[in-house]
Amino acid sequence: MVTGVSRFLGARVAARLTADPRVERVVGLDPHDPPPALASLLTGVEIIRADARAASGAIAELGAEAVVHLAVTSAPDPHAGGRAAMKEQNVIGTMQLLAAAQASRPLRKLVIRSSTAAYGASFKDPAVFTEDTEPRAVPRGSYARDILDIEGYVRGFRRRRPEVDATVLRFAPLISSTADTTLTRYFAQPLVPTVWGRDARLQFVHVEDALEVLHRSVVENHPGTFNVAGAGVLALSQAVRRAGRISVPLLEGTLSSLAAVARNIGIGQIGLDQIDLFVHGRVVDTTRLVNEFGFTPRTTEEAFDDFIQGHANGAAFTADRLAAAENAILEGIRAVRASATAAAGSEKP
Amino acid sequence: MSQEEDRRTLPGHVDFELPAEASKQTVNGRHPLNGRPPGVARADVRPRDAVDIWDRRVARGLAFLRRRLAGAYEVDDFGFDVELTDGVFYPMLKVLYRDWFRTEVFGIDNVPDAGGGLMVGNHSGTLALDAMMLSVALRDQHPKDRHLRLLGADLVFRVPVMSELARKAGVTVACNPDAERLMSSGELVGVFPEGFKGIGKRYADRYKLQRFGRGGFVSAALRTGTPIIPVAIVGAEEIYPMLADLKPLARLLGVPYFPVTPTFPWLGPLGLIPLPSKWLIQFCPPIPTEHLTEFADDPMVVYNLADQVRETIQTTLHGLLEKRPDPFGP
Repeated sequence: MVTGVSRFLGARVAARLTADPRVERVVGLDPHDPPPALASLLTGVEIIRADARAASGAIAELGAEAVVHLAVTSAPDPHAGGRAAMKEQNVIGTMQLLAAAQASRPLRKLVIRSSTAAYGASFKDPAVFTEDTEPRAVPRGSYARDILDIEGYVRGFRRRRPEVDATVLRFAPLISSTADTTLTRYFAQPLVPTVWGRDARLQFVHVEDALEVLHRSVVENHPGTFNVAGAGVLALSQAVRRAGRISVPLLEGTLSSLAAVARNIGIGQIGLDQIDLFVHGRVVDTTRLVNEFGFTPRTTEEAFDDFIQGHANGAAFTADRLAAAENAILEGIRAVRASATAAAGSEKP
Repeated sequence: MSQEEDRRTLPGHVDFELPAEASKQTVNGRHPLNGRPPGVARADVRPRDAVDIWDRRVARGLAFLRRRLAGAYEVDDFGFDVELTDGVFYPMLKVLYRDWFRTEVFGIDNVPDAGGGLMVGNHSGTLALDAMMLSVALRDQHPKDRHLRLLGADLVFRVPVMSELARKAGVTVACNPDAERLMSSGELVGVFPEGFKGIGKRYADRYKLQRFGRGGFVSAALRTGTPIIPVAIVGAEEIYPMLADLKPLARLLGVPYFPVTPTFPWLGPLGLIPLPSKWLIQFCPPIPTEHLTEFADDPMVVYNLADQVRETIQTTLHGLLEKRPDPFGP
């Protein structure tokens, strides 16, 4: 059973599981109808239109052996109830789903989508987070707080049903040439606002790799908590330059208030989570994932390159243009110097 | 036909070379005036085609700019940008290191060519210039051009711009997970356990080592079995002699101390120019820790080792001070 199938990741995971002969039956659980773009992916998936509150009935009725919980929203959607609805879905939804899962006897596996936002953000944090790092303070971003609540419920679930393999996957921001997330929209703008005086270290994971990890955690047994990210780091300024965009450094306070205004009028979804990410950066250690899953996601750099290829239009600078400019300037200087030497030579024969 | 070729074609030409000059002693890390680098024969410094050199420099500069603008460079997990550090930060700091402070370095052989190491130094000088000079010294003098990965206070990472520059220069937050990660990946880590107590002390207390905290640096080294290399730095105390500390103002600004020096804050930004003291840096023999790995959590062992490191630095400081009777000497 997969929750959140009307969303980008959920639909793809459900489609992948349907295609896998090891999985008998895939049931999607989502309160919304999948949008037409994703409906074609879900042809082999039975969809129950219900939210997590109905999950107890669904899980018991179906006798699901594995539950993949992906119905976690990272940013409030002003058209669907804003922050209150987001919290309802993330925290209350997870709580009810886990309560239902706990009561279901045939259940053997639980896969939860979490995020590296679980590590919070602070000045005193180590540069690289391992799975055992505890956040120093309760993060101020709403998504990060939801993630912490969700992980708290999973800990409780593990205590009560130790025989169920619970896999928590802490994903770095997802990226690909086609993915449409808050962060990809942010990098796709021609002018990218950044925080003045800060250059956060970022990590991404390619959507295909995220799907692969989710798929493997359903069909194989990998209990535990894992960081899922591409190796390597891009600095925010570097990423903006690679994408050929122009960064607009703003003071942290200005950026926060602009983001709040944009949120209120419903044009942007940059939350405090994102601003914290841009101030502090977040890098995780993926050794445990690589060892346990025997799978290495493509590096942050490769994942970002794929994104750039999908969003080449709108770039102000591209590597080719810069190289051309470099050659032109160099040739110009050579020509000027050559004529200067020629002039000097003709004066003193 | 150049003069040399002309000479070669003449009959009776003998291959003749001027006797090699006696190699001159380097002074303050640079070669004395009108001397040329020892071991370089006269023939090698024949003036090359000037156009070529400038052409290459311009091309190199443009390529560097293009790589920066296109983002085509590598940053490690800690945000360390090798290209920017080697291309911009070190050349700038080297002017200060060589021409302003006339730094001399002793015992560079005590720094291993490969593998991890924990450098523990004395901290002084109001602004942490000594940490920067130590990394320049290592880069400049060590045969393998090693980079020093400094551990900084979290205050450094709280301040905009400074945090960005620090990360790019390879500094990270002083905490055990970071230190251990760097050391186990074979990096040289630099730490100043005195912290703000060291750089924020009065001029009257110069070259008196302050308390070494809880010795967290020792347990990090023990856990990874990394050798500890004590380093004594003389000269940083005199760059901004701190006459008084305006504590209420410091509290108001949220900084650990507010220095009053002969030039700061009286001369405004001019007061930020460090006095040109003479610097000496001595690397002491490494203290091996492989055999102590299981004592990383034993407070007695950790405390004793921290004390040993402290004693070593203090003794070396006294030795260096005798070598340098005049703080502003040549």
